[in-house]
Amino acid sequence: MFKKLRFHPCGNFKENYEEELKVFSTDFGRAWSIVGLLVLFIVVPFASGPYILYIFNMIGIAAIAAVGLNILVGFTGQISLGHGAFLGVGAYSAAVLATRFEMPFWAAVPVAGLITAFAGLIFGLPSLRLKGLYLTISTLAGQFIIEYLLVHWEDITRGTMGITLPAASIFGVDIVGDRMFFFVIFLCLAAVVWAAVNLMRTKYGRALVAIRDNDRAAEGMGIPIFRYKLLSFAISSCYAGFAGGLWAYYMISITSEPFNLLLSVEYIAMIIIGGLGSIAGSIYGAVFITVLNEGLRWGTDVIMNMNIFPEIGLTIAPVREFVFGLAIVLFILFEPKGLAEVWRIVRSNFRLWPFSY
Amino acid sequence: MDFFIQLLVNGICIGLLYGISAMGFVMIFKASSVINFAHGELLAIGAFLFLTIVTWAGLPVYAAFLLTLVGSFALGFIVERLFLRPLIGEPLIEVIMLTVGLASMFKGLMLFIWGGNLYTFPDFLPEEFAIQWGVVHVPPVYLTAMLIGILFLIMFGLFFKYSSQGIFMRSVADNQSAALSLGVHVKRVFALSWGIAALVAAMSGIVLGLINGINVHELSSVGLKVFPVVILGGLDSIGGAVVGGILIGLLETFTGGYLSTSLKDVLPYIVLVVILLVKPYGLFGLVEIERV
Repeated sequence: MFKKLRFHPCGNFKENYEEELKVFSTDFGRAWSIVGLLVLFIVVPFASGPYILYIFNMIGIAAIAAVGLNILVGFTGQISLGHGAFLGVGAYSAAVLATRFEMPFWAAVPVAGLITAFAGLIFGLPSLRLKGLYLTISTLAGQFIIEYLLVHWEDITRGTMGITLPAASIFGVDIVGDRMFFFVIFLCLAAVVWAAVNLMRTKYGRALVAIRDNDRAAEGMGIPIFRYKLLSFAISSCYAGFAGGLWAYYMISITSEPFNLLLSVEYIAMIIIGGLGSIAGSIYGAVFITVLNEGLRWGTDVIMNMNIFPEIGLTIAPVREFVFGLAIVLFILFEPKGLAEVWRIVRSNFRLWPFSY
Repeated sequence: MDFFIQLLVNGICIGLLYGISAMGFVMIFKASSVINFAHGELLAIGAFLFLTIVTWAGLPVYAAFLLTLVGSFALGFIVERLFLRPLIGEPLIEVIMLTVGLASMFKGLMLFIWGGNLYTFPDFLPEEFAIQWGVVHVPPVYLTAMLIGILFLIMFGLFFKYSSQGIFMRSVADNQSAALSLGVHVKRVFALSWGIAALVAAMSGIVLGLINGINVHELSSVGLKVFPVVILGGLDSIGGAVVGGILIGLLETFTGGYLSTSLKDVLPYIVLVVILLVKPYGLFGLVEIERV
């Protein structure tokens, strides 16, 4: 395997497209990825307690949805403000499929993804015909309409009562507890990331990037813009629905409450902080925001318990909203390519040390 | 029938307010083609500024009104200067996500300072303002809203038609690089349009606060209701914003009156999706034709 080790060259010496399309530019990258996966699946689930595992699982679910959003925003250049609601569509689809149609876990979650992709098409169809960022406005409408339906379409969603799901099981093995879910969620994440990375290497992925960079030129080169934008939106919604389905099974009971506009903004924050147009960046963003969320919860708890400002009823919601907004603004102003770019700079500084110019 | 007429009057008044708040939005869009997601927050900040000046500082209403307008103009100016000017020339998608971030930031800040409670202004509008036509009763607030709406429409019309700044703004909206080469100070136009937009937003925030009480969540959701209004009227038409506002206002009050109050808030967004489907550039918007 390592007969002829490939290192980072000090310039761009690619000779053909196969080299350009390689996922790992060096064997070290491949080796480190394998090591990372091994650590993730063998060390992490057994070395960490239930709370840490819970955070890992939330990161995993958020990362799946964030990868989806990044395909739409980072690679196709369309903004969706309804990603949180689409996550809700996925969660409710999985819940309804599991309770009414008694669909098994392994079928309910992917089908929930497909249903969400279809729901996405309904809102993508009108807006994507227009040039410009009409999808943003249409998905904002989608966010409110879906929220309304989740609460008021009581025959299916049981309104504010919520739905309780049966325990997930695959081939007779019950998936209970954080550790079992860890394996399921991270296997899904690995599969989904693999799919996304490879999607970007196909003609479809290149077409999406072309549309982002210059839609007129893309159309001139024979890319049917409308169809590809719709495809991208459907894929993005499908990822959200898939993540939502996992969320529903993991949370056991769901209500419509978490799937609000703030969740959509949270996902926007994730991909901006992580890095637009970078699959790895979406994961960094998911890690950052989830850890930030937990940190803020912990921080507000500590301040509340210290009782320094007893007259101020400090709650987490406004602080969260403010911090997400601030993070979005600061990253756009100072590092628009996000953590992925920071990581690249750090790496290249090490690689080129001591002559890093 | 009486109920119908009452709803009609209420709808037109609320709609005019939506129209006015949409005007500010359209102004920013026309000048810099930025879709401003923080418009509702500007609206709420205006209302809270007024509340604070009136109740805590205890200034007379007229002085407070003027101070609020000046303050929110300055706020719009500062927002443009600090956050949007560094992004001139960057992809539009980043600018729009910046306004999403700003919205979230402002909302969190307001919730932090004023909390999620419902406040009410002291009652300062004289009762003589109320109109009684037979059974139809127009409360003073609605009449004020109507007057302010019409006043601002006329003022904007005159501003864009005759003042040099208005003409600069129109030129930038029409063709930015041509305006730049003819000596228009495009950056100043951007700053001015943000300032005016914040001012107009603050004013509609105050009047909306008079009608429904002031609450951070309520007022910032009105800012999002601007989207159905402008899509209906056409994203780049100020007159369209007013017409769209009245239509959405009527639609909302009639659904609230005859169907259900929960449907009232979501119906404008359904209309938005339908309009995008059948008449994507709105009633009065400019149809962009582009051939490859």
